[in-house]
Amino acid sequence: MAGNSTRRILGPFNRVEGDLEVQVEIDEGRIESAWVNSPLYRGFEQILVGKDPRDALVITPRICGICSVSQSVAAARALADAQGIEQTPNGLLATNLILACENVADHLSHFYLFFMPDFARSDYAEHAWHRDAAERFVAQKGSASRDMLPARSEWMHITGLLAGKWPHSLALQPGGTTRAIEPREKLRLQSIVAGFRRFLETTLFADKLENVAAIATEDELMAWAGQHAGGDFAHFVRIAASAGLAKLGRATDHFMSYGAYATGHPNETHRFESGIWFDGRRESFEQRAITEDISHAWMHAQRTPKHPFDGSTLPDADIADAYSWCKAPRYNGRVFEVGAVARQLIDGHPLIAELVTNGGGNVFSRVVARLLELARVVPMMEGWIKAIAIGETFCNQGKLPKDGEGVGLVEAARGSLGHWLQIKHGRILNYQIVAPTTWNFSPRDQDDVPGALEQALIGTEVGDNGKQTVSIQHIVRSFDPCMVCTVH
Amino acid sequence: MTTALRTLWLQSGSCGGCSMSLLNAESPDLYATLEYAGIELLWHPSLSEASNGEFIDLLNRIMSGEQALDILCLEGSVMRGPNDTGRFHMLAGTGRPMMQWIADLSRKARYTIAIGSCAAFGGVTMAGGNPTEACGLQYEGNQPGGLLGEDWHSPEGLRVINVAGCPVHPGWVTDTLAQVAMGDMDETQLDEWNRPRSYTNHLVHHGCTRNEFYEFKASAEAPSDQGCMMEHMGCLGTQAHADCNRRPWNGEGSCIRGGYACINCTAPVFEEPGHPFTETPKIAGIPIGLPTDMPKAWFVALASLSKAATPKRLRENAVADHIVVPPGSDKKRGER
Ligand code: SF4
Ligand code: SF4
Repeated sequence: MAGNSTRRILGPFNRVEGDLEVQVEIDEGRIESAWVNSPLYRGFEQILVGKDPRDALVITPRICGICSVSQSVAAARALADAQGIEQTPNGLLATNLILACENVADHLSHFYLFFMPDFARSDYAEHAWHRDAAERFVAQKGSASRDMLPARSEWMHITGLLAGKWPHSLALQPGGTTRAIEPREKLRLQSIVAGFRRFLETTLFADKLENVAAIATEDELMAWAGQHAGGDFAHFVRIAASAGLAKLGRATDHFMSYGAYATGHPNETHRFESGIWFDGRRESFEQRAITEDISHAWMHAQRTPKHPFDGSTLPDADIADAYSWCKAPRYNGRVFEVGAVARQLIDGHPLIAELVTNGGGNVFSRVVARLLELARVVPMMEGWIKAIAIGETFCNQGKLPKDGEGVGLVEAARGSLGHWLQIKHGRILNYQIVAPTTWNFSPRDQDDVPGALEQALIGTEVGDNGKQTVSIQHIVRSFDPCMVCTVH
Repeated sequence: MTTALRTLWLQSGSCGGCSMSLLNAESPDLYATLEYAGIELLWHPSLSEASNGEFIDLLNRIMSGEQALDILCLEGSVMRGPNDTGRFHMLAGTGRPMMQWIADLSRKARYTIAIGSCAAFGGVTMAGGNPTEACGLQYEGNQPGGLLGEDWHSPEGLRVINVAGCPVHPGWVTDTLAQVAMGDMDETQLDEWNRPRSYTNHLVHHGCTRNEFYEFKASAEAPSDQGCMMEHMGCLGTQAHADCNRRPWNGEGSCIRGGYACINCTAPVFEEPGHPFTETPKIAGIPIGLPTDMPKAWFVALASLSKAATPKRLRENAVADHIVVPPGSDKKRGER
């Protein structure tokens, strides 16, 4: 620590889901060190113990109102794993659609409501682009919200039809979904997606989704943004170049994805492949390599990092050296970043591969990956709707074992979410949850290695007294954190 | 209506789902609905620009009286643990337990509104023995008290308005805010749990698409079956106070239309039904927890009568996930 460094406590960060505090140590206008604190603990893993395993389908979605469906899918998969059953083909398609509906809505909310309003801040008043950005994106009053909110609400009708409501649906079951649709509802789903496609192709991209998904290099992206300047994505690309977002918030550059959107095929199991990205190479993913470390969390009764099946959650606000309710998940003992950028990189999308090769995971590449995902997922959804076989069943029925265990893995909008369930005498013996932001906003581990956001903040220029926090805001929000999932 | 009511929205032990549900408001969208209703959001955690110190300054200005506050909305339960210290939720950047901020701010606001069953009663955070000592603003489960105490009244003389639900329907919130802004909110508008009667004067059972199955006791037996879910699948729609089947969710949805039971999420202690949520507890084959106002003997008589009279169409459709026997037409068969 340098002689005249200062410490600042920042928080609460809004336009993230839940409550977040960050401590930074600043030396000569740069962040030397950062500590990320999740200041809210709700005890879901304690609540679940002793309950009927099926109750996890009611309780775990309520961990999070923004990735509620992802929690449901993880719970349903953990139960399916314990029962040894699979979803019916229709159930699998409906699950993909409900999950994709949530992920797409989350990416959209993140871009328009959470991330872009920071460019309307007076910190940027000197920039030539500020007036336009403020007119379009300022919080609550910007013209973009008038376009985006109705489009989002109509989009959520997909969940209304297929899952009853959003958030907190009970439609996602181990063997499929509870809502078979009729022919007219299949047509309705197609219309909803068509309407949303039009919104994306008019307002966000000002181009066809297929053209956006085909952008393969950074140069192509820049040229494309010049040609489709009227869209909000191009607007972002221009601001990003001026504000230097590609130079902000680089973390570990190790990435992980559990694989997104199940296919039901044994060979190619996911539409976005699973894997890890370590030292610039793709490797296969193995859930046994995951551990959680509690050395800096307000938790006790566990000395060494443990796989979630051996983990426990016993809060203790008096632990010395702790500074967060968040545990520190590690893969093979290392810090990994999760989210859309990880998914698209591991799936081999050439644009994201190039952006990450050039500048790592950073504020720019994280946002680009999210928007790219919108352009890739919506056309997939059109295919899934078409593939629904009217008249075939949506849900297989299984029987829970008296004793057993199951793992449920899913890609939420924000990244890899896992549920680890153990059943004894027909009751939940242990239920451990590792959420995407638990990975990204993890505290230090037993070797004092900081988590992904803690690393991403180091080196950020924040002005003499750390007064210029706008870069910190961008970096924090570029992960699209969900703090209520982080600790649960 | 002269000036818009200045509204502060805070989250504590919440999942954020009530705010996310609120974003589903439509015809018109949320911002337009609030503007026309006369509600100005001073600050909302998902929607406002102000962050860090800017937000803490706002709280301090409200506390000093420099900034007037008309409505305080709290989403999420009050976290009192461990051991009443409130350390399970310290408001970031302030080093102070959130429960103290909530108690202080509720003295300043003309109206305090609990958004969702967590803020109203404690909600799902209280399940499983309540490991975090969570409670609602003026209830702890179904017991009066909570953070503020049974006798607490806002400066306008009202107790906490409980817009209960897990999550809330966007219309329940915007209607309540509009009612307050119009000056139409008084005790007559609130039910026995201080929930707005605008949606709790109905039962979920009203307008349920499965009512015909209910009449004939043609029951669903497994998830995705189309029959009535009261007999086997844990549906509490006949007891749950809410208008979910009259005022759909996300276009055409509701829990039941989505194929699963109503778990009575607007009621205190819904989180601990005392049995698995999706299984109807029974004594001697008769569901305990009969429809509100229905005598047991009457139910038993009705059930055996209607089961005997159940048409084939309903009997078969009840245990299928799509229509296997469509309604026939007498005219076509010449049976008039
Ligand atoms: S009991 Fe439930 S499923 Fe049956 S008719 Fe009433 S609300 Fe519908
Ligand atoms: S149907 Fe029942 S459980 Fe579902 S939202 Fe309405 S009151 Fe809550």
